[in-house]
Amino acid sequence: MPKTVLMQGNEAAVEGAVAAGMRFFAGYPITPSTEIAEGCALRLPQEGGKFIQMEDEISSIAAVLGASAAGMKAMTATSGPGFSLMQENIGYGAMAEIPCVIVDVQRSGPSTGLPTSPSQGDYMQARWGTHGDHPVIALSPATVRETYTLIIRAFNLSEKYRTPVIFLMDEIVGHMREDVELPDPSTLKINQRKMSFHDGANKQCYFVPDGQFVPAMKPFGQGERYNITGLAHDESGFPVNSSEIAGKLVGRLLDKVEKNVDDICRVEEVEMDDAETAIVCFGGTTRAVMDAVAAAREAGEKVGMFRPITVWPFPEKALRARLPRLKRILTVEHNHGQMLLEVQRIVGGALSVDFLGRIDGTVISPADILAKLREEGPSHAE
Amino acid sequence: MPSDLVHLYMRIDHLPQIWCPGCGNGVIMRDVAVAIDELIHDEDNPIKREDIVIVSGIGCSSRAAGYLDFNSIHTTHGRAIAFATGIKMANPRLHVIVLTGDGDCSAIGGNHLIHAARRNLGLTVICFNNDIYGMTGGQYSPTTPNGDKATTAPYGNVDRPFDIAQLASGAGASFSARGDIYHARETIEIIKQAILHKGFSLVDVYSICPTYYGRKNKKGDAVEMLKWQRDNLVPTARYYSMSEEDRKNKKLVGILSFNDYPEYTEEYAKIVAACRKTKKG
Amino acid sequence: MGDTRYEMRFAGSGGQGVILASVILAEAAVIAGLHAVQSQAYGPEARGGVSRAETILSRGRIWFSKVSRPDFLLALTQASLDAYSQTLAENAVVLFDDSLSMPAGLDASRAIAVPVLKCAKETVGKAFTANIVAVGAINAALRLFDDETLLEAVRRHIPAGTEEINRKALEAGAALITPEQTAAFAVQIG
Repeated sequence: MPKTVLMQGNEAAVEGAVAAGMRFFAGYPITPSTEIAEGCALRLPQEGGKFIQMEDEISSIAAVLGASAAGMKAMTATSGPGFSLMQENIGYGAMAEIPCVIVDVQRSGPSTGLPTSPSQGDYMQARWGTHGDHPVIALSPATVRETYTLIIRAFNLSEKYRTPVIFLMDEIVGHMREDVELPDPSTLKINQRKMSFHDGANKQCYFVPDGQFVPAMKPFGQGERYNITGLAHDESGFPVNSSEIAGKLVGRLLDKVEKNVDDICRVEEVEMDDAETAIVCFGGTTRAVMDAVAAAREAGEKVGMFRPITVWPFPEKALRARLPRLKRILTVEHNHGQMLLEVQRIVGGALSVDFLGRIDGTVISPADILAKLREEGPSHAE
Repeated sequence: MPSDLVHLYMRIDHLPQIWCPGCGNGVIMRDVAVAIDELIHDEDNPIKREDIVIVSGIGCSSRAAGYLDFNSIHTTHGRAIAFATGIKMANPRLHVIVLTGDGDCSAIGGNHLIHAARRNLGLTVICFNNDIYGMTGGQYSPTTPNGDKATTAPYGNVDRPFDIAQLASGAGASFSARGDIYHARETIEIIKQAILHKGFSLVDVYSICPTYYGRKNKKGDAVEMLKWQRDNLVPTARYYSMSEEDRKNKKLVGILSFNDYPEYTEEYAKIVAACRKTKKG
Repeated sequence: MGDTRYEMRFAGSGGQGVILASVILAEAAVIAGLHAVQSQAYGPEARGGVSRAETILSRGRIWFSKVSRPDFLLALTQASLDAYSQTLAENAVVLFDDSLSMPAGLDASRAIAVPVLKCAKETVGKAFTANIVAVGAINAALRLFDDETLLEAVRRHIPAGTEEINRKALEAGAALITPEQTAAFAVQIG
């Protein structure tokens, strides 16, 4: 029988990543993510893995990309200020198609902000933080157990689509401990790299067969010589100055996520079948929403929860499917209204979208949400 | 036979390289290729070609990674040493050679340089040092001498320059050396020793940039700039036979510092071994 | 929500170990087969400043992770006692160090003033065991867990080699509580 343990969210991120096969971690201490670096420093050598504390967050993500190119599943963890510093190299990872997982345990910003206080202010940064058009997959857990299972999925998606995956945690889940019944390791599905290039076209390192989106990956040091660059490149991996090839490359990078949204997107829907009001939320905010939905239901109000687990790309199709029944959407986030913009884009004026947010580092309570739900008429207050 | 070398170790379909006529970078790239070739064929200490990974950043120097036919990764500006850190940690068997420039490794990447030196991680860093930002058209770099001109120092450079080899020594590099393009044979030998060195090694190779640095500072053409290297940079044996007076205003081409401090990945492997033993026991 | 949750707040100054006290009680709950959620609020620094931790216990799934109206408060500093005794649930129990003065408006019949800090320093012999002394006293007053469960929870969170002094601290803490207090304050987790 699986054992129930008391576990912290940040600790679950470490254990889940280790279960996913992560064997390299490079990071720099920053509240509230530091327990992840500490956990990796302790656990990785036990698993034959490697930990290094780098001189900053820029070098942390660079070392992670280097280790992944040399064949190790690799991860870094940070919070807002460090996430900002990592952005250039996250774009490099997307362009050069190097898998890795970047954990961002969000805290209140901007700037140094409130380092120990919860926030979800990096939602848009996770999508648009690095320059240029690029693919992004971002996942956000709501419980300690989900942190464990979802970070495994983050590695699996990263390997499958050869792209950095953002694991968007927040202080609420990262620093919280709760009872967790971990899954039996033998039941976990773990994606491994193919370790050879696709056949055809002289086995070029970025060759992608028709009908597929992703080149196969063979790490450095396994016999074949090839080149990796952040410049626009052709299938041989060498820089080109051709707009045709550059356009085709970036198009494929975007397509591999956009054309596979059904595979990538996951949503949790609670009490949604007959719901007239949907509360949209993600990450740690979910915990207050779950209590609010239960209380509203007890009072006979038809309220449900729509929670993207894949927060980028936003699970658009699933939300659209719910729109015909809904009369109202309330988006609840610990920010000034970021996922709200995605919800508004999808709803497009078909119904009223209200917002409850907080930017002062305190936590939105179930009572706050119930009060907002019961407010007369649509509004847009904070 | 240079042509054999080109065929063996360079990606011919990506040549000719983009460097300007008279640029010293091609000489350094060739020195690196010769050093690797001699090590591959070294009877006592052969290294394997497939174990070599060339890592570069951004700038004129960093294009060399694309021309050399090894595993190569052309990374972001200043971060080559940090990418190389991950590669070496993931697979310590690899010979990870960073090709970088004065701006790439001592301005934007200066922090990574000193910390890799301090850790004594087994990387080999070859700095193509031409005292200028060439790729962007001639701005002053951390090695541009005080008073010299650049497009961003039209009235003369106010900054004082770094001596990159001394900087690495000061940061604890267990192997720090200086080379140039005039003393090619000596520089090749230094690069070979740097690659064979277990810990962190840096070779600051003085290149020349006649196009930007030379022209801005009236240093003459490539030949004149090479003559300056001949007259002012002195290989080890001669350098140490010179009087202190004669050494003034001359610079050593050779090894500045050397020690056998434990290498980082070997030390980390001991921790892994101890942890796994405890776990099993 | 609310009714089935037993909300506990632990407050003191940084370094007093109130976070560890809250973690140990959550750990004991997990061993006992209950659901538990533990969280904390503190400044960015590892030492000094105000420290506050929270543990929520329930037989059912716990979602919202923060305490709003605690059913129990441990306070080891006057500032935390004064501040947090203002936002208690009805019938909440307050355990505080007897060197502190009782805030106005606190129901004396629900207050337990015991010498936690003095007991750690003099009876146990180590001031740093104050949090474990407090855990012993809390469990003796509320009868949340049996002694074995609590001891195991403590063991999981202390450095090897300190078992003996921590067991002593737990017992010394429990001895601060009278049978009458236990009879009055024992709780059932819903």
